[in-house]
Amino acid sequence: MPCSVRYSGSEVLMQRSKLSLALVSVIVAGMAVPLLADTRTDAREQVEFGINVAQRGLWREAIYRWEKATELDPKYAAAFNDLAIAYEHEGQLDKARKAYEKAIALDPNNANIRQNYDLFKEINDRAVQPKEK
Amino acid sequence: MTGRSSRKRNSTGVALALAGALVAAALAAACGSEMYEVPVETPIPAKLDITPFQRVLVAGFVTGGTEDVDTNQETVRLLRSQLRTKSELRVIDADPLQLVEVAQEQNKAATATPEPAAAEGPSVRSTSAQDSSAATVLPPKIKDEKDLEPYDRLFANTAYWKRIGEEYQNPLIVTGSVLFVPRTSSGLVTRETEVYDGLGRRSVIPQRVYMERKGFMLRPKFVFIDGRTGATISSLQRREEALYNVQNETPALSTYFELMDRIVPDFLGTLSTQKIKGTRVLLK
Repeated sequence: MPCSVRYSGSEVLMQRSKLSLALVSVIVAGMAVPLLADTRTDAREQVEFGINVAQRGLWREAIYRWEKATELDPKYAAAFNDLAIAYEHEGQLDKARKAYEKAIALDPNNANIRQNYDLFKEINDRAVQPKEK
Repeated sequence: MTGRSSRKRNSTGVALALAGALVAAALAAACGSEMYEVPVETPIPAKLDITPFQRVLVAGFVTGGTEDVDTNQETVRLLRSQLRTKSELRVIDADPLQLVEVAQEQNKAATATPEPAAAEGPSVRSTSAQDSSAATVLPPKIKDEKDLEPYDRLFANTAYWKRIGEEYQNPLIVTGSVLFVPRTSSGLVTRETEVYDGLGRRSVIPQRVYMERKGFMLRPKFVFIDGRTGATISSLQRREEALYNVQNETPALSTYFELMDRIVPDFLGTLSTQKIKGTRVLLK
């Protein structure tokens, strides 16, 4: 014998309203996520483009892209790391230090960022060494 | 019952191993695709503002120590060639000044005539700052740092350096002192020794051995003088030494260049922008 469950009219109505509520919340959440995702995707695209041009030696264009990425997503540690490297390459050591510090603050456990920063500090210390008189 | 539990344990182990492998693979894939090593060249600006100068005169040095190397001639030659290729300043070619003799003459003149003599040129006339300590004896042969010290007054003689500056149309003047002295040392040093075991396998172990070593110590002091005023702008002092096994007959001149190789980047960093090469990791 097949087993079947029968609902009364009011039960069916309740079930439907629950379903529509769930649907509405899914739609609302679905609309919010793409907004966030779009920003993140845009920032990621800028970072990728920056990497591409930096590898070809176009560091100024890379700086423009990575600055844009950090504006789009101010919590994007990798973008700050890349921006710091570009500043370093262009001799803008103060800006490089600030960008590295931001990257480390956002992702303190990232060994690559730390290594980049340590190497930068070595050079920066040499550059700001007081003159021997 | 026992068979069932062991099977269960086995399947849990397999699942854990699989999960671990998956996580590792995912991490490796993630890291591998999101890291890009790039070469960078960080420019370090010159420590000295050389914008008022278009030319540089490496004038000469007060030198002491070994006579195996003409330290004055070699230092002048090396610094000029480095500045020609690695700085924007035009290098003036002139015979190196024999500054030990210049200092001796200045000292003699100051001792003989306390008042500035009208007959003497500015090359032997001292400034008032120098007159106060003019009586100091300058050792004719410089063997160590103590002998070199009294010669430092020469670099404060602004009248003399101003005259040199005028002669060469107000360049930046590089001068100073260089001490290049033999050194010997004996004591325990750590050496790596090759060892072979019974099966012929090679390994390297550190071993403390007593050794007698000899070599040289190089202590240059570069003084940068404004040729327009004769005043010292800045100075840079370094000290390096190289010691070799006593049986190793390394010529003095090659040790001199080995030690100068370590010092020259700092010297150039004072006068011109240096680019430091390295690598960094870009992240996605």
